Amino acid sequence: MELITTVSAWLIPCFIAIVLVTATFKKVPSYELFVEGGKEGVKMAFSLLPFLVGMIVSISILRSSGALEAFIQLISPLLTMVGIPPDIIPLALVRPISGTAALGMTTELIDTHGPDSFIGRLASTMQGSTDTTLYILTIYFGAIGIKKMRYALKVGLLADLIGIIASIVIVSILFG
Amino acid sequence: MVNVIWAAMALVGIFYAMLNGTMDKVNEAIFESANEAVTLSIGLISVLVFWLGIMKIAEEAGILSILARLFRPIVVRLFPDIPKDHPAIGYILSNFTANIFGLGNAATPMGIKAMEQMKQLSGDDTASRSMITFLALNTSSLTLIPTTVIAIRMQYNSVSPTEIVGATILATLVSSLSAIVIDRIFHYKSKWRT
Repeated sequence: MELITTVSAWLIPCFIAIVLVTATFKKVPSYELFVEGGKEGVKMAFSLLPFLVGMIVSISILRSSGALEAFIQLISPLLTMVGIPPDIIPLALVRPISGTAALGMTTELIDTHGPDSFIGRLASTMQGSTDTTLYILTIYFGAIGIKKMRYALKVGLLADLIGIIASIVIVSILFG
Repeated sequence: MVNVIWAAMALVGIFYAMLNGTMDKVNEAIFESANEAVTLSIGLISVLVFWLGIMKIAEEAGILSILARLFRPIVVRLFPDIPKDHPAIGYILSNFTANIFGLGNAATPMGIKAMEQMKQLSGDDTASRSMITFLALNTSSLTLIPTTVIAIRMQYNSVSPTEIVGATILATLVSSLSAIVIDRIFHYKSKWRT
């Protein structure tokens, strides 16, 4: 653990040092370039704003109305039959839609079941091994103005499904 | 597809609230979450400005093309549409590296830059083949060291907070490999149709 923490702490400062040393050595105007690149960042953040507001509001309507919870309860018995632990189902369904909600659920599951329980380990693995597909799609396609996404969403969601199934199988084998 | 999903999420929520008397909660959530989204975008400014600034220097200093040259054999196979030595490959690699180490906030600006470069290659508002491959890999998560999860486990006094790293790496490998395979299947399917 200590090694991992050290590596993560050193990585970014070292990368910055390498960039600055190389730039100075090659006589590239580093400060001016930084400002130039940074200006793009400001523009980008503002162009992302409407995409994020639209997506996040729509998701929060679905969650706050209770419809998402009702849907989860409706299909839980089906998923329990194929061997998916019922406690993990809400997390599995929310993970591709909302990153903050998923992180909240993972924390809650670890809190109630304990970090070293089967559910705690499964929630940790699931949280770490998949990402918020809808958010990534919104940000990346929004930032560069892609209107026709073609099969991107289908690929993303299918990969999520496989990632979730893989987490359940792998955690069952390793810790079962 | 996204238009339908977006509208459906909101509509299902509103109609469900009509029938179940949760309309006040929905009303509250609309404005609270809009506020949240703005806070999130504003919060992104610091990260975007800082990383795009640093990456601009890295690009001009030639670090990105060195990175691209080092990993060319793998990336060329994953993204056959992108010309060798194109700056897009350097950004894609920086995004992958940041993701692998769990540095989510560094990964996003580099990912956006990579997408921008790929858009210059394709030149229209339709997602190109390499864009979708790139997204598929990002959504399947490339994280090998899930720092946030480890931090949460430590907070709740886990006996071994890092014991899930092995399981996470395995699950990530499976999901990323299947993302590549699924992406390829869809790509060839769309090619046959036209």
